[in-house]
Amino acid sequence: MTDQAVEGEVGRSRLRKEDARLITGQTNWTDNIQVAGLLHLAVLRSPMAHARITRVDVSPALERPGVVAAFSGADLAEGLGSLPCAWPVTEDIVQPDHPPIAVEEVRYAGDPVAVVVARDRYAAADALEAIEVDYDPLPPVLDLEAALAQDAPLVHADKGTNRCYTWPLATGESFDAVRERAEVTLKRRYHQQRLIPNAMEPRAVVVTPLAASGEYTVYSATQIPHILRIMLATVTGIPEHKLRVIAPDVGGGFGSKLQVYGEEVLALAVARRLGRPVKWTESRSEGYLATHHGRGMIQDIEIAATREGRLLGLKVDLLADMGAYLMLVTPGIPILGAFMYPAIYKMDAYAFTCTGVFTTRTPTDAYRGAGRPEATFAIERTMDELAVELGLDPVEVRRRNWIRHEEFPYTTVAGLTYDSGNYEAATEKALALFGYDDLRAEQRRRNERGDTVRLGIGVSTFTEMCGLAPSRVLRDLRYGAGGWEAASIRMLPTGKVEVVTGTSPHGQSHETCWSQIAADVLGVPFDDIEVVHGDTKAAPQGMDTYGSRSLAVGGEAVHRAATTVVEKARRVAAHLLEASEQDLDFRDGVFSVKGSPEARKTIQEIAFETFTNHDLPDGVEPTINAEHVVDPENFSYPHGTHLCAVEVDTETGKTTIRSYVSVDDVGRVVNPMIVEGQVHGGLAQGIAQALYEEAVYDAEGNLVSGTMADYLVPSAADLPEFTTDRTETPAASNALGVKGVGEAGTIASTPAVVNAVVDALRPLGVRDVRMPCSPHRVWQAIQEARSGGAPAAGGTGGTGPAQSGQSGQAAQSGELGQYGQPGEEGPA
Amino acid sequence: MIPPAFEYTRPTSVDEAVRALAGAGEEAKVLAGGQSLLPLLRLRLAFPELVVDVGRIPELRGVREDGDALVIGALTTHHEVVHDPLVRAHAGLLAQATATVADPAVRHRGTLGGSLAHADPAGDLPAVALALDAELVVAGPGGRRTIPAREFFVDYLQSALAPDELLTEVRIPKRDGWGFHYEKFHPVAQSWAIVGVAALVRRADGGVAEARVGLTNMGATPLRATTAERELAGADDSAAVARAAEAAAEGTRPSQDLSASPEYRQHLARVLTRRAVLTAAGMG
Repeated sequence: MTDQAVEGEVGRSRLRKEDARLITGQTNWTDNIQVAGLLHLAVLRSPMAHARITRVDVSPALERPGVVAAFSGADLAEGLGSLPCAWPVTEDIVQPDHPPIAVEEVRYAGDPVAVVVARDRYAAADALEAIEVDYDPLPPVLDLEAALAQDAPLVHADKGTNRCYTWPLATGESFDAVRERAEVTLKRRYHQQRLIPNAMEPRAVVVTPLAASGEYTVYSATQIPHILRIMLATVTGIPEHKLRVIAPDVGGGFGSKLQVYGEEVLALAVARRLGRPVKWTESRSEGYLATHHGRGMIQDIEIAATREGRLLGLKVDLLADMGAYLMLVTPGIPILGAFMYPAIYKMDAYAFTCTGVFTTRTPTDAYRGAGRPEATFAIERTMDELAVELGLDPVEVRRRNWIRHEEFPYTTVAGLTYDSGNYEAATEKALALFGYDDLRAEQRRRNERGDTVRLGIGVSTFTEMCGLAPSRVLRDLRYGAGGWEAASIRMLPTGKVEVVTGTSPHGQSHETCWSQIAADVLGVPFDDIEVVHGDTKAAPQGMDTYGSRSLAVGGEAVHRAATTVVEKARRVAAHLLEASEQDLDFRDGVFSVKGSPEARKTIQEIAFETFTNHDLPDGVEPTINAEHVVDPENFSYPHGTHLCAVEVDTETGKTTIRSYVSVDDVGRVVNPMIVEGQVHGGLAQGIAQALYEEAVYDAEGNLVSGTMADYLVPSAADLPEFTTDRTETPAASNALGVKGVGEAGTIASTPAVVNAVVDALRPLGVRDVRMPCSPHRVWQAIQEARSGGAPAAGGTGGTGPAQSGQSGQAAQSGELGQYGQPGEEGPA
Repeated sequence: MIPPAFEYTRPTSVDEAVRALAGAGEEAKVLAGGQSLLPLLRLRLAFPELVVDVGRIPELRGVREDGDALVIGALTTHHEVVHDPLVRAHAGLLAQATATVADPAVRHRGTLGGSLAHADPAGDLPAVALALDAELVVAGPGGRRTIPAREFFVDYLQSALAPDELLTEVRIPKRDGWGFHYEKFHPVAQSWAIVGVAALVRRADGGVAEARVGLTNMGATPLRATTAERELAGADDSAAVARAAEAAAEGTRPSQDLSASPEYRQHLARVLTRRAVLTAAGMG
């Protein structure tokens, strides 16, 4: 994509405004903030997954040098409410109390039990070791199916059940009816392992109190300063107007900072109690325990089709691991996927249920894609399985079922109306770039030769819903807030521009992209625009950044506000040029009278004239500033076709990605370079789930993949060169025609890779490999297939933490597969 | 990730360092490049009273020849080892294996001596030192002594170094003309080896005359695959090498961890030994 063809700012690969300060260290991360008299908070965490707290004595910590205060959960309980869950998905959902710090019981390894406040971080960390806590162990709850049994030990004894909710959806014909007439049915079980989000910047919070006025400023590495302000007010009782929340530069989130965390509440509570500024910064291994996890699900899928490969219906039953408590949107994450299992395919029946289950593990919540990667994985894996069952090419099976481009707008069986798309075009482009036919031919040759290293090809034709979200849809889903977004534009007297946005970037490049959008509408230079965000005083109205919503909702708000500025300026210009508004042209920031181009006023001149208010039309307010709050009418639906070729060494089990092609359709593109960056990062994260990452717990509920030595985040050295391309079908749901790109790569890539791995191994009798498809699991799957054993091989169980793991974990063995017994078989 | 408190000293000579270690009894730790010790401190898995930083002792640095041996100062960084012309000429196996250690940042800080003294069987260099029949020269209060690599690695994270001894240099017999290959199997580029195989081969008549095989992460210490080595002698085609490699895991008791079961490690040791030897012998 070259810039030559681009006239305006939108569509141009502008270098990021944000980068100069980020890469020269002139930025302001939360942990860099220093204020006079700053105290440091450290948190003592439960070493056990489940236990009753029988005694906490913080007094020995007070004897340690540099310690100012220490508090147990009981000390802090007064005046603190439960941490919020804003998405009670059903009327009868079980919502346990979630104190910001445990008082009577700990329910996951990492649950906070006491805090120390000291003059520096080292003193605080040292003093934690002096705190005495006695625990009375309770049984851990780890297996999602066993947790639902009658006599299962309970995570929350007072609730009488580990079942959090069951959320059903049945649309179209009855699934049972279509199953009756189906010629082919397939059942599969898939496991979505737990993942740890791993934002580059760990969480951090600084609270500065102003005792005289009762005001507090909370700096937090958060995605959601606006929501956080409301929730902190609710939990602490500090009036909302006395709270200012600032998200300084934030180094990534992937959903993990779409949260209201206990530590944010604790820092505020301690600052209130001591009247002193307080900072807390998590370490990486602390974050592995205490920052919410992602995914964690068992998926039972049943599909009904004709012999020709036409889908008739789909049935989905999920067990979703909530972890120990419900956090901000924990129960809603699988529901974000509920509408996406039918994906791009036409069918007659759809039946879905999801049951949320409490376990004694770190709570789960949003992680890049949030519900939609799980859905896409299940349907795209199953489409490959159907192709095998019918002896068809996996691309052909999809072609026979997808919505054709001339059928848009199309209402799916799940009830969503897809506004636009062109699956044929994206797929044709991807197949050509990939060299699909040649790779298939090579695969056949290698299979015939019986090569040690097999070639596998994986297909993923995905769509997703993003641009969260129409507020009324959110209401119907029992979400606690709306999905609008706000923007305002201030035309400064000197002709410069401030764009105030309610979105809260943490790596997405809003400063650059919003400048591009405003520059085009206003006709002012890109560099004359400053984007203001992430501070509830400076950008008071917003719904923040998550779910690939910022551009489709927040960018649209900027676009509309800028359009209104021009309309207001036009009125002033017409007056000054003594012409009617209809007789004015507006181009490149200049109003001119049609037919007499020398009669002109720039928008900057209009801004100054408005400032002086010396000669504005009667009855016109002296401002051309404007603001807009956009509540979208529909979600946006990016789509694309991803193709992956892997080589699997059948001797060692190692998978190497040989080539990866993605053709994404994210609608109109504001900045191609930034879109490409989002796709690359998304692919890396989706591939990481397929091949590398897993949060593993032992039978006692300890997180054994507790450091980056054991939780394998891939680096550039592990990833192939990506071939990324696009088709561009504008979204019909917003004026910009944009769809969102933050999650697309992650959603699409995981099934493409696993489909490729399984495709490589099918000639050896392997039918599935559980994620992550590590060398060990692939090798086990091959061994089991060769010995005629269980085909869905590679259970998570049976391997313990490293004796040689340089994290120094003690050797253990015999822990449970994360979501079931080792080698457990699906119902197929 | 906040280390516990410790005393710190930075000697400028080996004698001074040894005196500092001797004065602290069992409670001192040597800090070289810090790539193993600092994580242990930050995870609060080590609580030394004294950290002896040997990073400013010039005599511990550098590579020189001493007759039939190459002498590498303990403080020579991985990066220096990888790029040193003498190492590349006379101990190519070490250069090649060192290039696989972690990532460039670690290789610029981490040292050969630190890696060996840490005695982690999952580290790449202990098995390489074993295969090369390296000797480790250590300084203590009573003077210097030399420990053969096969006696140096005592147990998991335990070497033959006494608490008051400092590893000063590594002597490696030149193996000019021998083929070599380090076959590292790791799940991601920056992770430790699940299994690694260091192979040195003296070739004759298109086959293997003599072989040394070191195994990474196949037990509590780095190991030599002695049975396989014996059977490799005289292996004159790839089938013979493959048969000999079947003995590579004999006598090993590898650990179980998140990446592998003991059975899988033993399987990998056989496969990787075959591959490493074939490559080292130019038969692959």
